[in-house]
Amino acid sequence: MTSSAPFPDSATTPERSPLATSRPADGLQQSERLIILERGRADRNYWLDLWHYRELFAILAWRDISVRYKQTVIGVTWAFLRPFLTMIVFTVIFGSLAKLPSDGAVPYPVLVFAGMLPWFLFSSILSEASGSLVGNAQLISKVYFPRLIVPAASGVVALVDFAINVVILFLIMAWFAFVPNWQIVFLPVFIVLAVLASLGPALLITSLNVKYRDFRYVIPFVVQFGLYVSPVGFSSAVVPESWRFWYSLNPVVGVIDGFRWCLLGGESQLYVPGFMASLVVVAAMLWLGIRHFRKTEKTFADLI
Amino acid sequence: MSDVVIRASNLGKVYLIGHESQRESYTALRDVIGRSTRNFLRSAGDLMRGRQLIVGDEVEEFWALKDVSFEIKRGEVVGVIGRNGAGKSTLLKILSRITEPSAGRVEILGRVASLLEVGTGFHPELTGRENIYLNGAILGMARSEIRRKFDEIVAFAEVEKFLDTPVKRYSSGMYVRLAFAVAAHLEPEILVVDEVLAVGDVAFQKKCLGKMQDVASHGRTVLFVSHNASAIQRMCSKCLLLASGKVAAYDATGSVLRQYAEADDRVSSYRGQVPKNAVAATIAADVQVEEVRGTGGRIRLKLRVVARREVRVGCNIRIKTAAGEAVGWASTNQLDQRNEVDILVGETEFDVTVDTSALCGGAYSVSLDLVRPGIEYLHRAEDCLVFEIRRSADSLEMRVPELSWGNGAAFFPCETRIARVSDKATRKIA
Repeated sequence: MTSSAPFPDSATTPERSPLATSRPADGLQQSERLIILERGRADRNYWLDLWHYRELFAILAWRDISVRYKQTVIGVTWAFLRPFLTMIVFTVIFGSLAKLPSDGAVPYPVLVFAGMLPWFLFSSILSEASGSLVGNAQLISKVYFPRLIVPAASGVVALVDFAINVVILFLIMAWFAFVPNWQIVFLPVFIVLAVLASLGPALLITSLNVKYRDFRYVIPFVVQFGLYVSPVGFSSAVVPESWRFWYSLNPVVGVIDGFRWCLLGGESQLYVPGFMASLVVVAAMLWLGIRHFRKTEKTFADLI
Repeated sequence: MSDVVIRASNLGKVYLIGHESQRESYTALRDVIGRSTRNFLRSAGDLMRGRQLIVGDEVEEFWALKDVSFEIKRGEVVGVIGRNGAGKSTLLKILSRITEPSAGRVEILGRVASLLEVGTGFHPELTGRENIYLNGAILGMARSEIRRKFDEIVAFAEVEKFLDTPVKRYSSGMYVRLAFAVAAHLEPEILVVDEVLAVGDVAFQKKCLGKMQDVASHGRTVLFVSHNASAIQRMCSKCLLLASGKVAAYDATGSVLRQYAEADDRVSSYRGQVPKNAVAATIAADVQVEEVRGTGGRIRLKLRVVARREVRVGCNIRIKTAAGEAVGWASTNQLDQRNEVDILVGETEFDVTVDTSALCGGAYSVSLDLVRPGIEYLHRAEDCLVFEIRRSADSLEMRVPELSWGNGAAFFPCETRIARVSDKATRKIA
């Protein structure tokens, strides 16, 4: 489809149609909405529509969660095993073998786990959501609903795993007799930040994946690569001062630093310019992701 | 109650389709590499510009729908009929907002629920109970609405005992019944239904039709797509006939169905080219259905074959359903060497009759293979012809088997005689 197609675009069509004016005004009819379907027409009720479909969102999220551990032997234990083993490996490699310094007096395993929480949240939302559209192809080609629901609902699964991990973190902290500071009240803010940081690239990639299946190979690579370039196994304070700002352009750096700042109390300092840079990158990615998603979502059913 | 709830004006939908160009045949490695490189560069360029990836080196625009305009009033039950590829499904997809039109516009007043398939989104790992909630939400029902109708749905589907069993352990009949039961309890203002009625056994189909008539009688608008004329006749007051993406007729059901039946005597034909290096190829083929009352009749094929050198040939005629499932095949030499034919250089015309009396009513495709029997394929033309079997009943008491019933493509003649009758039975009858 080229933009030179000889059809009037939404901008040139009058908003009120004869159909709408012929509508009787009794109570029953008031609830009916006039839907106009047209090429390239931006849906002005987009976010309202999304709200209308909140029950579908909830039920899809619930489906993904309840299906996840069916027919597995150790079930939910998987959610805890993965980060726990990674923590042990990272503590041994970075803490004991490479002898990297921790933040202040924080025990190294606590430092690693506090960084791993947001990393696993980020990476699992990214990988769950980026394959979600193609994974739900059957649904998308047969029923209408705001497509944004699918990647968003699949991200909820990652939040459940995250909640389990938070409990484990507190157990580890208790083991090392480590008491967090008042900053912990900001934790929800950083959870939201982590979700937003992952949603931006996830939306971009899931919509690209519909058209070009190459992108499904990108995600495992990004996740594997990101684990080492992000300060998961080490503190971002070990990065040389002159590089630190550029290092923070990786949005995950800001998220992880934020998590450590609020979980590890005064021991971990927040590097403010870098954190701001991360915020800007997160916002830009989110804007780009949503924009691309909305631009392409009407063609999903044709391409999938 | 005469206000318009759906108005379509100049609706169109275009798809881009790719072909492999048939001019060259790639034999040398150099050609293959050159071609792959060109394709790679082209798809990389398409990706950069955000275009769709298309297989093949010729791109063609295909209008699945063009200049379609119609109005549907509140409470009408409108049937949409047309052959495969006439644009029925595309129209449904646009009306149910799954895909957007490329041209024109539709105005819809009210909540639309579409049933393009039963059991959309059913998850095999979840139990029947869970799937009712899941499927209901997908079809647009609110949680409270599902809870209110839950018992009714379960009763309709007749699966009370298996509510807490994962649906992957259901029999296919149970699965379909459950899926339809959820769908049947939708109460939208506008209902768009594809041929989902063609599921389950006859008793269940009746139940479904009854339920749909129920919906219609409550003043709701129903759009019902089918190529089953009898179902449309029973349900719909008006009918929209689509033919190659355009509205061919939109009128009272009776007159439209008559027009649909009359337009049917078409001959489907295929015109091919002779590939370079080919020894022989089928260059033209026509198929015509000859009706025999009470059976699937027979098809007659006219094949024109061209040869570059003298060769001994046979032709395989493979029949598939419109959905692409293989039905069966016939061979001009009947797999017998004595029936093989030598053709001379130049053109030869064959006249072939295939007995299709066992076929159920429905649409089929023909694929042709020109072979040197037992040695090699000379030329293959996949799905190059289409034909439609329309069975007509011998008598009023008789029903005609349709492919869409899902029992298979062949309906075999069958003879039955009573072999033994017990004394008890005799007494009961008397």
